[in-house]
Amino acid sequence: MTEPTNLPSLPDRSEGYWLSVWRSVRRNRRGLAGLIVVGLMFAVWIFSPLLATNQPIVCKYQGRWYFPAIVELFQARRTGPQWINKSLPFNLPQFDAKKELSSEDFAIWPLIPYHEYEQTSDFLQPPSRRHWLGTDELGRDLAARMIHGTAVSVKVGFVSMGIAAVIGIILGGLAGYWGGIVDMIISRIIEIVICFPVFFLILAIMVWLEPNILNVMIVIGLTRWTGIARYARGEFMRIKGQDYVVAAHSLGIGHARIMFRHILPNSLAPVLVSITFGIANAVLVEAGLSWLGFGVQAPDPSWGNILRTAYDSLSIAPHMVYPPCIAIFLAVLAYNLVGDALRDAIDPRLRGAA
Amino acid sequence: MLGYAIRRLILAVPTLFGITLVTFFVINLAPGDPAQLQTQGIMDSQVSVRVYEELRQYYGLDQPVLKRYGQWLWRLARLDFGPSMSTDRRPVWHKIRERLWPTMSLAILSLGISLAVAIPIGIYSAARQNRWFDTVSSTVLYALYSVPSYVMAVPLILLIAVQWNLLPFQGMKSDDYEQLTAFGKAADLIKHYTLITFCFSYGALAYYARFVRQNMLEVLRQDYVRTARAKGLCERHVIMRHGFRNALIPVVTLFGLLLPAVIGGSVILEVMFNWPGMGRLFFESMMSRDYPTIMALTFITACLVLLGTLLADLSYPLVDPRIAYD
Repeated sequence: MTEPTNLPSLPDRSEGYWLSVWRSVRRNRRGLAGLIVVGLMFAVWIFSPLLATNQPIVCKYQGRWYFPAIVELFQARRTGPQWINKSLPFNLPQFDAKKELSSEDFAIWPLIPYHEYEQTSDFLQPPSRRHWLGTDELGRDLAARMIHGTAVSVKVGFVSMGIAAVIGIILGGLAGYWGGIVDMIISRIIEIVICFPVFFLILAIMVWLEPNILNVMIVIGLTRWTGIARYARGEFMRIKGQDYVVAAHSLGIGHARIMFRHILPNSLAPVLVSITFGIANAVLVEAGLSWLGFGVQAPDPSWGNILRTAYDSLSIAPHMVYPPCIAIFLAVLAYNLVGDALRDAIDPRLRGAA
Repeated sequence: MLGYAIRRLILAVPTLFGITLVTFFVINLAPGDPAQLQTQGIMDSQVSVRVYEELRQYYGLDQPVLKRYGQWLWRLARLDFGPSMSTDRRPVWHKIRERLWPTMSLAILSLGISLAVAIPIGIYSAARQNRWFDTVSSTVLYALYSVPSYVMAVPLILLIAVQWNLLPFQGMKSDDYEQLTAFGKAADLIKHYTLITFCFSYGALAYYARFVRQNMLEVLRQDYVRTARAKGLCERHVIMRHGFRNALIPVVTLFGLLLPAVIGGSVILEVMFNWPGMGRLFFESMMSRDYPTIMALTFITACLVLLGTLLADLSYPLVDPRIAYD
């Protein structure tokens, strides 16, 4: 964030709206903590190939240098068990075995030297020094699976709410801007979608789509836009009567331009609050769907299906319960905190409502 | 008031129609049907095709979609949900009826408990704002509110049901329920209800308590509260008579919104606790593509939500005469 306020060349420039919102969020300690957790989730998602993979970050092997994990980081990562084969030449036991050949070989391993699909013969082991969070029913390292499962939770929130925001802002904006019959029809549509309990509708649709992460994101986006639409409608309604919109009208500016250039930027703040809470909910819905078996499918890790395997082997492997629970809780809490902070920053009347 | 109620009811008609439309077409336009699922096991392809065709005819799936929609609507108008398409072929209504009580009792129980606990907490922490009780309860409630119910449920099941073996977590009754004495039956039911009721209610509890506190704080800032204090009423009187009664208004209307939410949000928890309720019935029908049951359940819950919002809107002027619609 750049801060043009203190530049000497602009002495009279007042603080912008978004800047004041940002300042207020930054002052809010809970909101800042939430923001940091969200940032950490992003970092874990982006650097997951460096954090947990069975290839060394840097290694000297028979006199030559390799950077397998870094290569993996920059490669477009396809998800799927085909990675098991790609990663074979350098996994830990093999490297240790071949190390005997030359004493100069060394390697810097990632924090978790296992791949999320890599099956070992230690099934359902409790946490130990080799597997920090233990292993699951196929002997896969739980820590590696948790780290790679972060991607799903990060992506699902933003992509699904992106879809929901586009639908919600367009429909809500049209309803608020035009009023009358358009508003009437769109309001009915919103009311109909609200009437379906979210999970019922999503489950009903998930049964006839192939269960994978993309479809989960699309379905959540297609069903969770009503809150955004309601906020957008209210804001458009409020703003369309403001002087600057009337001025724009009298200048002969077209409706589309007024809607998107003049009203939309000014109505974004409350919508953003709704989106932030929506992200928390999307993370939750995805984990729930994966738990039920309609979300991310078996070999691919997600917090929801890790929780499912934990639930299925409660009495023999209790160590698998806590990591996904804590991760889901933290993610939801973080987004909620950010949402609260944003709401407080945007609407001072609600300050302290949390 | 009456005019407003009538207008709202008229507006509910197209919404109701839209609900039937979405319910029917989301489910019926899906690829694959119950007949296909039920003939999957047959190895002989010729027999399989014949049985498939016969089943389709039996279920009426060979007719055009629009005609089926008309038939479904016509039956719905007479509150007849038709026979189910699962292998047992029982009437849908019978299947739902036996699942109704477990879900409804749970919903009522958890709403009652959460209200009974949340209102005193809310009032007390608002009356003593920023004292230690308020600080502690606010923090705890915020944390509780952020824990998703099924994320709370799994560790609870692990600790209480599996590791300490204190309470059962599968189903509503033990296997030997019929052999128990009356007292034993009651104890057995209470044991089975405890965990799932807690998981159902703590979220609503936290939400309500925060809501009551917030409303109380707002009310306690009003002039009439200051007047009540100024004329020397005791604090208890001020809080309960002048404060709480006014803070109750939004709480009452929230009730209409929360009941359907409790029913609708129950799929995962009911599957998790193997609870014989409507949520699990929905999940089971989903797996067997039992169209009529899915449609009936979706329709019923959607109608409940519609009814809840209507009641909430209409109860505003009833509990608060200052609000008038016209």
